[in-house]
Amino acid sequence: MNEHTVKVFDDELGQLRGLVAQMGGLAEEAIESAVEALVRGDLAAAVRVVEGDRRIDALEGEVERLAVQLIALRAPMADDLREVLTGMKFANTLERVADHAKNIAKRVGEIDRSVPIEPMSVLPAMATVAGEMLHDVLDAFAARDVEAAKRVCERDRAVDDLYNSIFRALVTFMMENPKSISQAAHLLFIAKNLERIGDQATNLAEMVHYAATGERMGERERVS
Amino acid sequence: MHAPAPTASPKMSARHVNVFYGRKQAIDDVSIDVDMENVTAFIGPSGCGKSTFLRTLNRMNDTIATARVDGEIRLDGEDIYASDMDVVQLRARVGMVFQKPNPFPKSIYENVAYGPRIHGLAASKADLDRIVEQSLTRAGLWGEVKDRLNDSGTALSGGQQQRLCIARAIAVDPEVILMDEPCSALDPIATAKIEELIHELRGKYAIVIVTHNMQQAARVSQRTAFFHLGTLVEYGVTSEIFTNPRQERTKDYITGRYG
Repeated sequence: MNEHTVKVFDDELGQLRGLVAQMGGLAEEAIESAVEALVRGDLAAAVRVVEGDRRIDALEGEVERLAVQLIALRAPMADDLREVLTGMKFANTLERVADHAKNIAKRVGEIDRSVPIEPMSVLPAMATVAGEMLHDVLDAFAARDVEAAKRVCERDRAVDDLYNSIFRALVTFMMENPKSISQAAHLLFIAKNLERIGDQATNLAEMVHYAATGERMGERERVS
Repeated sequence: MHAPAPTASPKMSARHVNVFYGRKQAIDDVSIDVDMENVTAFIGPSGCGKSTFLRTLNRMNDTIATARVDGEIRLDGEDIYASDMDVVQLRARVGMVFQKPNPFPKSIYENVAYGPRIHGLAASKADLDRIVEQSLTRAGLWGEVKDRLNDSGTALSGGQQQRLCIARAIAVDPEVILMDEPCSALDPIATAKIEELIHELRGKYAIVIVTHNMQQAARVSQRTAFFHLGTLVEYGVTSEIFTNPRQERTKDYITGRYG
């Protein structure tokens, strides 16, 4: 990509990308740490995830401020305009991804571990797939790689399937053993959080597609 | 790009137009349609040929001895370069507004009345008064000058002078109005008034505007044509051109990566 005649414009766009990438890295880390804290029952680690969310919220504010400044002062056009708008939407979605990680971390202390529940072992696998989707969509954003973005969308099905199987297993558990209901409900919410992260990674992939091509991702590309 | 954007009813259509200044080719095989429903903006870097091309639409290039135009330009299907075309009549039908406001050194009234009078459009003084008032009203100037119609046109502010020039162009009841950088000598408020005026005139006249100011093209036009090195690179719906141009050269220009 050629540089802008006004160099400081390039600097500011670079800054915007940098902030979004930073948010993405933190959100990825939050998911990983939250699920690890859950598996280990590590309350201190869970608290760190909850507190770390403030940093992500602050970054979102910074992205928004910079994007508004770019629009007001540089009047971006064409791919620059799409880039700025996408950066803003990305930050907004990443903030929500991080909220899901925070919600998972908040439940770590709530879960009664006296009765082991088997579906709990599927959650880390689900977190891995959702986390990888997020990781890859951030790479796709950085590289404006439409094909990579499409591949991210394709993987959302796997997360949904895992969610559905966890849902069925947990419902069975609750029916068989009413004492497990509170614990199983927490796990169900956690599974739902992870499923939403998969959805949001898919949304991010659609944004990458728009930023790179100016077109919305076709229905077929999304579900194929 | 040779295919003009599809339009229901082209008011003017150009096909394979070339313009030469002596041996230098300024316009290379440009085909384009403009219609009544949309304001058309020509954008492009200095020397890209946009003003030269605009001037072919009412044969202003005829006044340059070394200029030669070939190809075909039609106004309502009529070849404007045909040997029997009355150029004075053509320029009444296809009016022009220039970069620097250039009112005649006469009264405000006379500036507007001159054209209708020489074209025999007014049957009486009352008729002429009516045309002057109507033209000044359409140009958004009537309220500001109605009490001083005998003052000199050159005594008005720059923005008012430019609206006077638009009133003068409107007075001869044109079909097409060509504007060559009509706001580049005006301040932002005068510019906004001209832009609002362009918006109001849309539909009554086919309007083509050449502008260096891309934001202005984005604000006032529904069709944008990007010229580069004498060729028409891209022509399309303005909102598409500014959010998702198809050509790399268009993108580089509108995003400020040109050169």
